[in-house]
Amino acid sequence: MNLLNISGSPHVHSDESTKKIMWRVNLALVPALLVAIAYFGLNALLVSLIAVASCVLFQWLIEKFILKVPTTVGDGSAVITGLLLAFNVPSTVDMMWIVVIGALVAMGIGKMAFGGLGKNPFNPALVGRVFLLISFPVQMTTWPVVDGIFPMNFDVATGATPLGAFKEGSLPGVTLMDAFLGHMGGSLGEVSALAILLGACYLLWKKIITWHIPVSFIGTALIFSAILWLVNPEQYMDPLMTIFTGGIMLGACFMATDMVTSPMSKSGQLIFGFGCGLLTIIIRNWGAYPEGVSFAILLMNSVTPLINRWCKPARFAN
Amino acid sequence: MKTFKMGGVHPEENKISNDAAIQVVPVSAQMVVLMNQHLGAPATPVVQKGDKVKVGQLIGEAQTFMCANVHSPVSGTVLKIEPVKDAFGLLKPAVHITVEGDEWMDTIDRTPDIKRQCDLEPAAIVSKLKEMGIVGLGGATFPAHIKYSVPEGKKAEYLIINAAECEPYLTSDYRVMMEHAEEVCIGVSILRKALGVPNAYIGIESNKPQAIAKMQEMARQFEGIVIEPLKVKYPQGAEKQLINAVTGRKVPSGKLPIDVGCVVSNLGTAFAVYEAIQKNKPLIENILTVTGKKLPTQHNCLVRIGTTYNDIIKHTIGELPATTGKVISGGTMMGKAVVNLDAPTVKGNSSVLVMDGDEARRNPEMACIRCGKCMNACPMGLEPYLFSALVKAGRTEEVQQNNILDCIECGCCFFSCPANKPLTDEIRLGKNRVRAMMAAKK
Amino acid sequence: MTQQILIAVIVLGLIGAFFAVVLYFVAQKFKVVEDPLIDEVAEVLPGANCGGCGKAGCRAFAEACVAQGNMDGLRCAPGGEPVAAKIAELLGCAVMQGDPQVAVVRCNPSFCGDKRRANYDGLTSCSFAATVFVGESGCAFGCLGCGDCVAACQFDAIRMNPQTHTPEVDEAKCTACGACVKACPRRIIELRNKGRNNRRVFVSCVNKEKGAAARKTCENACIGCSKCEKVCPVSAITVADSLSYIDFTKCIACRKCVPECPTKAIRDVNFPTPAKKAEPKPTPEALGEPKTELKVEPVAVPQPEPAKA
Repeated sequence: MNLLNISGSPHVHSDESTKKIMWRVNLALVPALLVAIAYFGLNALLVSLIAVASCVLFQWLIEKFILKVPTTVGDGSAVITGLLLAFNVPSTVDMMWIVVIGALVAMGIGKMAFGGLGKNPFNPALVGRVFLLISFPVQMTTWPVVDGIFPMNFDVATGATPLGAFKEGSLPGVTLMDAFLGHMGGSLGEVSALAILLGACYLLWKKIITWHIPVSFIGTALIFSAILWLVNPEQYMDPLMTIFTGGIMLGACFMATDMVTSPMSKSGQLIFGFGCGLLTIIIRNWGAYPEGVSFAILLMNSVTPLINRWCKPARFAN
Repeated sequence: MKTFKMGGVHPEENKISNDAAIQVVPVSAQMVVLMNQHLGAPATPVVQKGDKVKVGQLIGEAQTFMCANVHSPVSGTVLKIEPVKDAFGLLKPAVHITVEGDEWMDTIDRTPDIKRQCDLEPAAIVSKLKEMGIVGLGGATFPAHIKYSVPEGKKAEYLIINAAECEPYLTSDYRVMMEHAEEVCIGVSILRKALGVPNAYIGIESNKPQAIAKMQEMARQFEGIVIEPLKVKYPQGAEKQLINAVTGRKVPSGKLPIDVGCVVSNLGTAFAVYEAIQKNKPLIENILTVTGKKLPTQHNCLVRIGTTYNDIIKHTIGELPATTGKVISGGTMMGKAVVNLDAPTVKGNSSVLVMDGDEARRNPEMACIRCGKCMNACPMGLEPYLFSALVKAGRTEEVQQNNILDCIECGCCFFSCPANKPLTDEIRLGKNRVRAMMAAKK
Repeated sequence: MTQQILIAVIVLGLIGAFFAVVLYFVAQKFKVVEDPLIDEVAEVLPGANCGGCGKAGCRAFAEACVAQGNMDGLRCAPGGEPVAAKIAELLGCAVMQGDPQVAVVRCNPSFCGDKRRANYDGLTSCSFAATVFVGESGCAFGCLGCGDCVAACQFDAIRMNPQTHTPEVDEAKCTACGACVKACPRRIIELRNKGRNNRRVFVSCVNKEKGAAARKTCENACIGCSKCEKVCPVSAITVADSLSYIDFTKCIACRKCVPECPTKAIRDVNFPTPAKKAEPKPTPEALGEPKTELKVEPVAVPQPEPAKA
């Protein structure tokens, strides 16, 4: 007979694993990717592939040659970072090399510099995205215009996003239904609220995320922008339009809910979502950038340890 | 349907031995009876080498407060009094008996008649529990006479009988309910009388509908027994969780159930109480589940305490499969892994659970991704991930400040951790360190 | 332009001056008066914060020394006598005397990979494993092999031998701070006098089981046969609870007991030749370390005085 195994209890484990969680998140991102390919064509697919491949490659290189630890690229977290990074950039030809730099920053500075999965204080994809936005402001704000389904040409016409247009003082130029389905200019993966919600529902069903962060994030943004809109409908955007344009949906469902960088208790998650929503609307309306989701989430990431400290779970009988 | 409010998990139930009737395992040629089969100090042997003993004769006497009597499970001659390795390989004081025949003490009523009437006063019941060496059979083996002596100034309002059997695999309580419902109800009535409470509540998880039906039918014939079906959730059978599920009350940190007017006993204990009070039979037998996914047959069996694991295996499944990876005494969530199969069983053992090599191995540990699953699963509202980090860093004071001593070691945190971190192990280590620190400060 | 620069300089200068004043008053208000001697003593200490003295660290040790005014009961094992002499000089008191010691692992490495009785699959911590079961070796007294002592050592002086799953002490690095002794839940490790020329004889077992049972557990277990006790010319050996113990303060390292031991539980280390009468198995220390080992100056530890008998 074999040697008997000895360990402390429990002797069984749920079939959850980090790997499963990560690949399920990847699966949840697929609808948004499909919509992006449908609207932005081959460019979107190529940018995504390049981003994913370079994130995985950089993680592997860093683990193998710098940290000299066993590689963990199989857990799928680098793929998520790659996809989210691609989802946060416009699908233009320029992006095909710029996104590689973004991937290096995301994996190198955003994640591996802190020790890898689970130790990074900021969402790595957003670190990469914000780095690119500051370093390549022109390329990062040149948005392809949606023109039919699955355009095959690489040189697409460019235009402003609804948020950009609004910032400049003109009307968003899209209907609410367009915005919900994603028929508008914008970053690759953020356009279709429908596809994102589909993925979010899957994550909720698999209990990978809870409703707290998305609902408080979107809810805060909705209520705050509704107040502003009621005060002055001329100057401020329609609240529904506010949440369906730009990155609020993607941010609230996929980036603010990143387990590593968001608070752990339910009450903490509500505070976190509230902060994200509030900061997003403030940056959008009074900041220099037309969009503020990335900055809002990064700022809230930085206070996550504090929130974790304040918001302890309710103890049994106390 | 009632359940506890906070945390909990739902492991695969695996009640595969549900339909196996309780069978009697024959007595071995030699028996070893440990002197500490209960929580607290070991009993003092009151027999000498060469003494003749009968079944049910006192061989170890409780001489300190936190202790329980030990009786001979067999008749024969005392071979020696010498420490023996228990199931975990640790040396424990024991009495070795060479079995000769099967001669019982005259006082024990061995007829199959069921005796309902109990005329003893509450105090007499408690002292008889002590005499008969009854301990809690839910796993903690807390001496019953201490539990049923309600301290001055406190009042019991609820008697709760734990028949949740929330642990995966275990079916011994289920079989007892199916086969000995009446005796159990009499035992519960006796305990109710000992405490002087109006009602006793028997909590049964809803995955045992037949047992619920049977017990409900039987309870109608008794006064003050309420069957409480509970939603299936682990750790329903934990004392604080069961009280919360049945009464809605919460036992505060560092307090005992009696502080909120509750006394909790296991169903197996109620059966043992019946036999002790009505039949004068000391606690000398265990009802064990012998189960495992890869075993050819599943069993529930009645064994004399002191029968070795190997003998139980021999008389039930024959031999362990070649691929056996782990043998557990107790359920998969809180049971203990057995290293020494030549060790005798003791009071409170509820199973011989055989796990296959593949399922018995832990997966490699990965990095914590702060998903918070451990926190959401914790039925006590603690932060296992934090304990893990603090224990690793040796920050024992902070571990204590975060209420690590509230932990009931149910294992929900490790069970739900996607990174396979040995959270429950780390918390136990932390608790040991905190206790050592507190002892050093005193 | 000049005006702007001027404004900036004046504003910043004023802010600086304001905070300087605030800082000055705060520093006055919350001034901590500390004996400068503490700093001087702390300076002399090795600064490893090993905790071997029982204090929270070297600074706490220095504070204790100064508060007490002498060195009674305070001993810095890593620093040894040179440090003690310096502190005594600073404090103006007598030097504490003590023989140099070393940590000794009293468990025979007979338990190799294939002799394991179980496979431990839990948290790598001896103090936790000890609460779960007897240990992979099956010995209720022996080494659990999870390396709590290795983790406790601040000087990298104790390492786990991957073959035997028992720790080995690097005598050159060991400072006898006692951290491993406290860390071991089985109390296997003991601080013993280094002995003349580092030569020591000790019972490398702590098993208190009776003879036959002990032998069943481990072929190198002490069975308490008392043969060593009888042969010892200076009565340094006592047998209690079926376990022999050699008092290192009495032992003269004559090695008469070594060949007597039927289970080879008594080990002699750093002797140039094997003990007479029997052929004890060569110990790793005897094989691996040159005779001139004492002359090698350890990094963190000042040169010890020539060993006294």
